[in-house]
Amino acid sequence: MIAELGLAALWLAAALAVLQLVAGSLALSGKAQGLGGVVRPVAMVQGGLALLSFAALIVLFCQTDLSVKLVALNSHSAKPLIYKLAGTWGNHEGSMLLWVTVMGLAGGFVALVERRLPEATMLATLAGQAFVSIGFYAFLLMSSNPFERLPQPAIEGQGLNPLLQDIGLAFHPPTLYLGYVGLSVAFSFAIGALITREVGPAFARAMRPWVMGAWIFLTIGITAGSYWAYYELGWGGWWFWDPVENASLMPWLAATALLHSASVLAARNALRAWTIMLGVVAFSMSMVGTFLVRSGILTSVHAFAVDPERGTFILALLAINIGAALLLFALRAATVTEGERFTVTSREGALVFNNVMLTGILGIVLVGTLYPLLAEAMGSKVSVGPPYFNPAGAIFAVPMLVVLAVGPLLRWRRDSFSRVRGQLLLPLLLALGLAAGVAFNRGIDLLPAIGLALAPALMLASLLPLRARSLMRTPLPIWGMVVAHFGMGVALFGMASDSAFSTERLVAVYVGDNVGVGPWQVRLDRIEPVAGPNWTALEAKMLASYDGGAAVEIDPQARNFWAPPQQTAESALLTRWNGQLYAVLGEQGEDGRWQLRLWWKPFVPMIWLGGLLIALGGVLALFGRVASDVRRVIARDKIAYRRQKQGR
Amino acid sequence: MIRLLSLLLLALGALAAPLQADDRLPPAPYAYRQLDNPVQEQKAQALMETLRCLVCQGQSIADSDAPMAGDMRNQVRQRIAAGEEPEAIRQWLIERYGDYVSYAPRITASTWPLFVLPLAILVLAFLLLRRRFAAPEKLS
Repeated sequence: MIAELGLAALWLAAALAVLQLVAGSLALSGKAQGLGGVVRPVAMVQGGLALLSFAALIVLFCQTDLSVKLVALNSHSAKPLIYKLAGTWGNHEGSMLLWVTVMGLAGGFVALVERRLPEATMLATLAGQAFVSIGFYAFLLMSSNPFERLPQPAIEGQGLNPLLQDIGLAFHPPTLYLGYVGLSVAFSFAIGALITREVGPAFARAMRPWVMGAWIFLTIGITAGSYWAYYELGWGGWWFWDPVENASLMPWLAATALLHSASVLAARNALRAWTIMLGVVAFSMSMVGTFLVRSGILTSVHAFAVDPERGTFILALLAINIGAALLLFALRAATVTEGERFTVTSREGALVFNNVMLTGILGIVLVGTLYPLLAEAMGSKVSVGPPYFNPAGAIFAVPMLVVLAVGPLLRWRRDSFSRVRGQLLLPLLLALGLAAGVAFNRGIDLLPAIGLALAPALMLASLLPLRARSLMRTPLPIWGMVVAHFGMGVALFGMASDSAFSTERLVAVYVGDNVGVGPWQVRLDRIEPVAGPNWTALEAKMLASYDGGAAVEIDPQARNFWAPPQQTAESALLTRWNGQLYAVLGEQGEDGRWQLRLWWKPFVPMIWLGGLLIALGGVLALFGRVASDVRRVIARDKIAYRRQKQGR
Repeated sequence: MIRLLSLLLLALGALAAPLQADDRLPPAPYAYRQLDNPVQEQKAQALMETLRCLVCQGQSIADSDAPMAGDMRNQVRQRIAAGEEPEAIRQWLIERYGDYVSYAPRITASTWPLFVLPLAILVLAFLLLRRRFAAPEKLS
């Protein structure tokens, strides 16, 4: 019954999306202007129905209703409740349902609260949102129905990949999807503004909070995903340039560029066509990512089902959506002028430079991710990995980071470098001093060395915009910028430090033996069996002491899941202010010794701390802007109310 | 003749050994053991991070528990210990397993766009910036 309810809600939501598109288009073309009034309510109800459908699937998973094919294939009655819940989106159909749900909710939310844009642009935006949604509804209903019943209920479910049975998974995909699909709003805004030719500061101000919201979720999602890979895969790596990771990085790069160009458009009425283009590109990258991850073209922990029909369907959707948007852009771009001019040494100049650099990095990641697939289609298998991405990306990233230190100090429109030179002296000296120090240390490669020299200078420079300001009176968006840029420096330092200073020990030891790794002494105290709800494990009790200090116990596990049967290594992490000790228990050899893997990773948590700071910066900026918008609306209402009273 | 053929097959089998790594056998000596010489170990580690684990999902052999990755780590460490240069070992692995095994693409007839496209992006970025910043004196 619940499955049928969910399916009915999904069909209704799809029908409302069609209505939203038709009514919006008719009202826009002037054929039936009365229809314009229904578009907003329809968008809201459509979002509600999609949510209802998703809620039905969650209930089915929580009950482990084995008459539903999707549940039987991906769940198991003995799984802890939290992983039954997370299992809802730990499969192809469920995650696509989450996708359309987020898309519907985003459209509904825009319809509910966005009142700043001209009504025609809003209609075009919501129609655009419906246009994209319809494709994904069709995809779900025709080739990936999550509510399909089995003719005969299964006796037991087949379980969920143990790698995915982790608390990180419960939140990682929904967070990322809020980001990915939240960018659909930017896409629809861009389409709407192109259709009505209303591209200006008001448009940028209206679009910015939506992009910011999606970007915050993307930032958190990528950060969490990286940390998940770090502790779950058990080898201490935190970024692999895997196509699936790149699929989340590409929309983030485009959205970062979009945020910055939107602020130029909002403040100075410049970069109009460029901002629109980035709005289209950002969500296109989300769709490319979905295609890569969901089509089965890649084998990865994310590619749940390999089904060529689905891949073709998503590819067709991709071609239609991106093709239509680019065609519209090509037709209209000529009528959207570039706007106000400015010099190189100005705030806009720095922002444009960094926009181009971000787009350059995006280009590198796109080429490196898609080329192997293209080559394979033509019959030659190549791999593209860190030796390609790191240097090629750095060509653009290093100049970008340097300009990032300078840009926020420059004035809008026209400035001179000599005015800010004095302020930059200190960060410059810091960078040069560190570079000299790093140069003496022979063992460090070029890229980590650049990172180590640049990061502290960047952190210092990012605080400079606060100089000569009253900290209490500094607007929240400025705080947001400072915190996010500071976070960039923090993350960069963590990355460089991990590459430059990590020490690794792989050893086989008897119980009672001592192992040294970096400043740590680690003793394997004993091995104990432990059992969880759907696994058994051997747990190592290890005593770790830093530099001769008091010992702290850490317990890495080697787990055996039985449904489906698979082994995982649960690493144990010990965090200090200056780094992390990472311990993994391997197998027991024939001579009775245990395999241990130990790493001392100085300052590695700064990578994810930096990621969170970047997201926090976004939150501050978003909160500041929304609060000032709300204040403005309240003030306007008050004035209108007073006038009304005086009029009486 | 048959004996010769079977000998040949045996030899081939020995060459392909890492591909048929047996899960039940204990891991090769240097799969989970570092080289005693830290300079050599660092070299081996740097190389292993750029070699693909052929049976894994987008991981290098330095990041994988798969038996085959263990065998390849063993190969790399033993060859480094024997004094071979990392790039020679990469070359040897490419000859065995194809370009797919190396995360550092070489410039070949089928990979040149990988190197031309970034240059094109760089040139495009330069042109874009130059056009944008041209003629500042027009600003009044």
